[in-house]
Amino acid sequence: MQIKQALAERILVIDGAMGTMIQRHKLEEADYRGERFKDWHTDVKGNNDLLCITQPQIIIGIHELYLEAGADIIETNTFSSTVIAMADYDMQSLAYELNVAAANCARKAADKYTALNPAKPRFVAGAIGPLNKTLSLSPDVNNPGYRAVTFDEVVAAYYQQISGLVDGGVDIILIETIFDTLNAKGAIFAVKKYFRDKGVPELPVMISGTITDASGRTLSGQTLEAFYTSVMHANPLSVGLNCALGAAEMRSHIEELSSIAACHVSAYPNAGLPNAMGEYDEQPHETAHFIEEWAQQGFVNIVGGCCGTTPDHIKHIAQNVQHLKPRAIPALETAL
Amino acid sequence: MLSIKPYLRLSGLEPLVIRPENNFVNVGERTNVTGSKKFARLIKENKYEEALSVARQQVESGAQILDVNMDDALLEGVQAMTTFLNLVQSEPDIARIPIMIDSSKFEIIEAGLKCVQGKCIVNSISMKEGEAKFIEQAFICKAFGAAVIVMAFDEIGQADTKERKVSICHRAYKILTEQVGFDPQDIIFDPNIFAIATGIEEHNNYAVDFIEATKEIKQLMPLTKVSGGVSNVSFSFRGNDHVREAIHSVFLFHAIKSGMDMGIVNAGQLVVYDEIEPTLRDLCEDVILNRNNDNNEATEKLIIHAETVKAKGKVEVKDEKWRNNSVEERLKHSLVNGITDYIDADTEEARQKYPKPLDVIEGPLMAGMNVVGDLFGAGKMFLPQVVKSARVMKKSVAVLTPFIEAEKEERKLAHLAAGTLNEESAGAAKILLATVKGDVHDIGKNIVGVVLGCNGYDIVDLGVMVPADKILEAAQREKADIIGLSGLITPSLDEMVHIAKEMKRRGMTQPLLIGGATTSRMHTAVKIAPEFGNGVVHVLDASRSVTVAGSLLNKEQKIDFLAGLQKEYAELKTAFDNKKTTKNYLPYSEAKKKKTAIDWNNFEPVAPSFTGTKIFETVDINELRPYIDWKPFFIAWEMHGNFPAILTDSVVGAEATKLYKDANAMLDKIIAEKWLQAKGSIGFWEASAHEDDVTVQAAESVELNFLRQQIQKAADQPNLSLADFIAPVSANKKDHIGAFAVTIHGIESHIKAFETALDDYNKIILQALADRLAEAFAEYLHLKVRKEFWGYATEEHLTNEELIKEQYLGIRPAPGYPACPDHTEKYKLFHLLQATETIGIQLTESLAMYPASSVCGWYFANPQSQYFGIGKIQKDQLEDYAKRKNMDLPTAERWLSPILD
Repeated sequence: MQIKQALAERILVIDGAMGTMIQRHKLEEADYRGERFKDWHTDVKGNNDLLCITQPQIIIGIHELYLEAGADIIETNTFSSTVIAMADYDMQSLAYELNVAAANCARKAADKYTALNPAKPRFVAGAIGPLNKTLSLSPDVNNPGYRAVTFDEVVAAYYQQISGLVDGGVDIILIETIFDTLNAKGAIFAVKKYFRDKGVPELPVMISGTITDASGRTLSGQTLEAFYTSVMHANPLSVGLNCALGAAEMRSHIEELSSIAACHVSAYPNAGLPNAMGEYDEQPHETAHFIEEWAQQGFVNIVGGCCGTTPDHIKHIAQNVQHLKPRAIPALETAL
Repeated sequence: MLSIKPYLRLSGLEPLVIRPENNFVNVGERTNVTGSKKFARLIKENKYEEALSVARQQVESGAQILDVNMDDALLEGVQAMTTFLNLVQSEPDIARIPIMIDSSKFEIIEAGLKCVQGKCIVNSISMKEGEAKFIEQAFICKAFGAAVIVMAFDEIGQADTKERKVSICHRAYKILTEQVGFDPQDIIFDPNIFAIATGIEEHNNYAVDFIEATKEIKQLMPLTKVSGGVSNVSFSFRGNDHVREAIHSVFLFHAIKSGMDMGIVNAGQLVVYDEIEPTLRDLCEDVILNRNNDNNEATEKLIIHAETVKAKGKVEVKDEKWRNNSVEERLKHSLVNGITDYIDADTEEARQKYPKPLDVIEGPLMAGMNVVGDLFGAGKMFLPQVVKSARVMKKSVAVLTPFIEAEKEERKLAHLAAGTLNEESAGAAKILLATVKGDVHDIGKNIVGVVLGCNGYDIVDLGVMVPADKILEAAQREKADIIGLSGLITPSLDEMVHIAKEMKRRGMTQPLLIGGATTSRMHTAVKIAPEFGNGVVHVLDASRSVTVAGSLLNKEQKIDFLAGLQKEYAELKTAFDNKKTTKNYLPYSEAKKKKTAIDWNNFEPVAPSFTGTKIFETVDINELRPYIDWKPFFIAWEMHGNFPAILTDSVVGAEATKLYKDANAMLDKIIAEKWLQAKGSIGFWEASAHEDDVTVQAAESVELNFLRQQIQKAADQPNLSLADFIAPVSANKKDHIGAFAVTIHGIESHIKAFETALDDYNKIILQALADRLAEAFAEYLHLKVRKEFWGYATEEHLTNEELIKEQYLGIRPAPGYPACPDHTEKYKLFHLLQATETIGIQLTESLAMYPASSVCGWYFANPQSQYFGIGKIQKDQLEDYAKRKNMDLPTAERWLSPILD
């Protein structure tokens, strides 16, 4: 319950992009493979999650940069660490191990920084990504009733991921970058099932959706309020938005979410919108400035960055919000 | 401070918050096989598309929640519920509202919950099978985030009196809130609406019992909701809709006043209480409230009155005004709203109105799709709607196609008769689509394919992860009029540039369309368009692809369109050119210093058993068979998975097994009837490296030129070059290099036979098998080389699986592949082996091998040799390489363009 205490006191900062930081290392196929997978039969370059096993020092190093920058919460490098997503590399069998390894990396880094300053405890959020297959959309336009994956398969994949994350020692389960709410419901189902099966109390769950475009909806077509309504049953620690949009485009959605959410509100936008070359140009102080304004308005409890953000962004964000009050959780009335 | 009210909150694509002022929530009931004969028939006959129209009609007439029920003994309920709800999810104007999953079988409810992203209502659970089961089911509903309807039903039976209704509901309430953790507002009670006016005295008070129980339930548990199946109440008047509707309205009027929140009603058939004819209304009131009803008096009166008002038909309230518009407007309306109901008739009408069937496509249908495109672009329509529009389009085109074909045939005959040239022999304009190499995302591309296909284009879809040469070969082979590339991940951008370069190199003239999530007008203008002069167009979305394709295929429009675009892109490029990015590369001279550390002093290279070449002309295909790697064979058939696991895969297993059997049957035939001939050649020569070149001591010495990785790597990581694996002159060791080429001859006549028989299936099996056999041959020869002919690994014992995973010593990289990306080195390889002369492999201008099922490569035996990719190289290496190769710089640049920045 430490995190709830911290949330009551201040705005917490979650880390920034992992992929952007990994790119800086300019890793090659051989680096991704490491010794253990040197003879793996498919290319694995780009399988960033694999680095938790083959190059843990790089991942720990990135975690530490974010912690140094002031992040209270760091995300495990497990966006694609599911049996479903790992099929791209024929690495389904590694799914559980990847989660344990990633949680270990993050745990090590977070514990180090907590020890350095016990007054600022650091938390590890086990990141659960959206999968590369969706439950609400058919990949075959001629057959709109077709689904590439079943709910049961999604639940099984997430269940395994959760067990790896929990075994690796995470503090929080973070279901993020949700573009199909039904996938997220599969993850929530898996969380509830896992902790009920184990007979232990649920870890806090953070939920973060993604509004993809000008329609103001998720990719699967839901409005923001419909999305929130569909995931409320997770009884989440926080609900929020991340990815796809920069802070400027995300503001109105965060404002709306903050007016309906019965729990804490999180927001970690991209560093602006990508330019034509797919790069993010928004400077740390610019991102931080947007987010500072949200905090002043009382919209947010947890802030940070997604694609294109760096430790420098997080540092600026942390500095700009450190003296601002967190959003107060709304009063839950008990009568109509 | 902000506060949040404990309202029942539901959602489809949009939220539905049930506030006290909502008064009453209509639950659409026609999508219920037990209540609607029409819907039941459609589902049983598998007419799901029409069944969707029933749902749409419910939404259009004001249903706020859609009740879906598939409980029918003749239906496979789980499957019907899954199929229907999945389809509903792809209809945004239906999926907008929350779903009520209605079944008496919990497995059907669960199946439904697995299909819906929004917050649903489960209808229903109860304690009829005891508390334990009730609790278990409630937990499951809660894990899906659904609200639940609890029937007033316990171990004894359905509650009929007010007292039992209230007490059962209260018991369920306590269990749900205290043991399962339900929020009170997520609980909806159904205190059972039973039929009244049945003639049986005990039934007369049923409506009153419901109404009063509702009142008490709402007082006792104010956050909960009350619902009910309204049509039950009038069951004894079935066949007389007029009276039934009046009864429903009157019943609801009173029940709502007592606190009923929602009900399952036919939303299209609710009369307004005030508009009921007063006599009928009063009679209904008496029966419902059980007034003046001693000896069934009120009942009798209503029955008598009912006879007199029977069957006054009613007008449908659905807004069909648009049906009065012109056929063009109607087609547009259907396209924009994704309505298929009238499309066949409207298309036929338009066909008769326009001079040519094609005019219908190019006129009103295209106009409608343009509206869709604009709305989509403006964020006013979203993806599922666009896909729906495409389906309408497809249906319309299907109506027109036979006429278009017939017309074409007529013209062809006329041409033949007149002896003139038939310009249309090529058929419809052909558009080739592919997701580029390295990218597996193809939803967008599939949509483009459908939308363009709808517009009468012939679509050739190469699928995902298609390498450039395959796309371009296919485009040339298929004589595509346009090539469309798609990609979602960033590396795909480079691949697209590469394809544009390749198109230029091959002298292709087709315009190139660029689409996909990471692509942009800017990137297209700056990086892709300059590489290819015959038109590169960035297409924002699927619906826009239609206009773009139209402009490009119209001879007059094309020139203006491309000129305008070129100007626009040139401006964008100028604007962009200020910006540059830098990557870290070592100077070539530095990279050369970081070669693979091989301790040549302590290494004795093994000498091969012979030098020169050895030809294999009569290799038994039977001997190659065990070396076949089946995985790529199945991948060729878009069946992904490991072999042999794929044969028992739960999804594709059955089909994969069939395919595997068919392929093996053909293999048997290939072997028995000697369809194919496997020919190969290997050679070994003394070789020594100096810097990045390798001198091969053949009859005359041949200089091989290799490239070296130049990207900056970690301090202890070498910058690899294949030249590293051959002993340098300075080492003073006698080392060797080898080469091989294998090919499968004889496929053509059999392919032709299959083509004549219109047997694509076997044709593709044969092609895929020939490829596999060539690879198997290469594997087989490499093994023999390692163990016997070169003999540097005589003790090797690897399974076929280990071979496939390349767990052997030494490598066999092919020119044109990552470790030696320059295809032109193949000339030297072919020269050394005399591959064309001895085993009949031709090299095409683009250095592809023919027969297509051919493989070649170098052999390196050094235990430290490994597969790798060169990556990007810099100008200094390019210049040095060109000099070493005696190639002029522009030529070298062209061949190495994939690895140049």
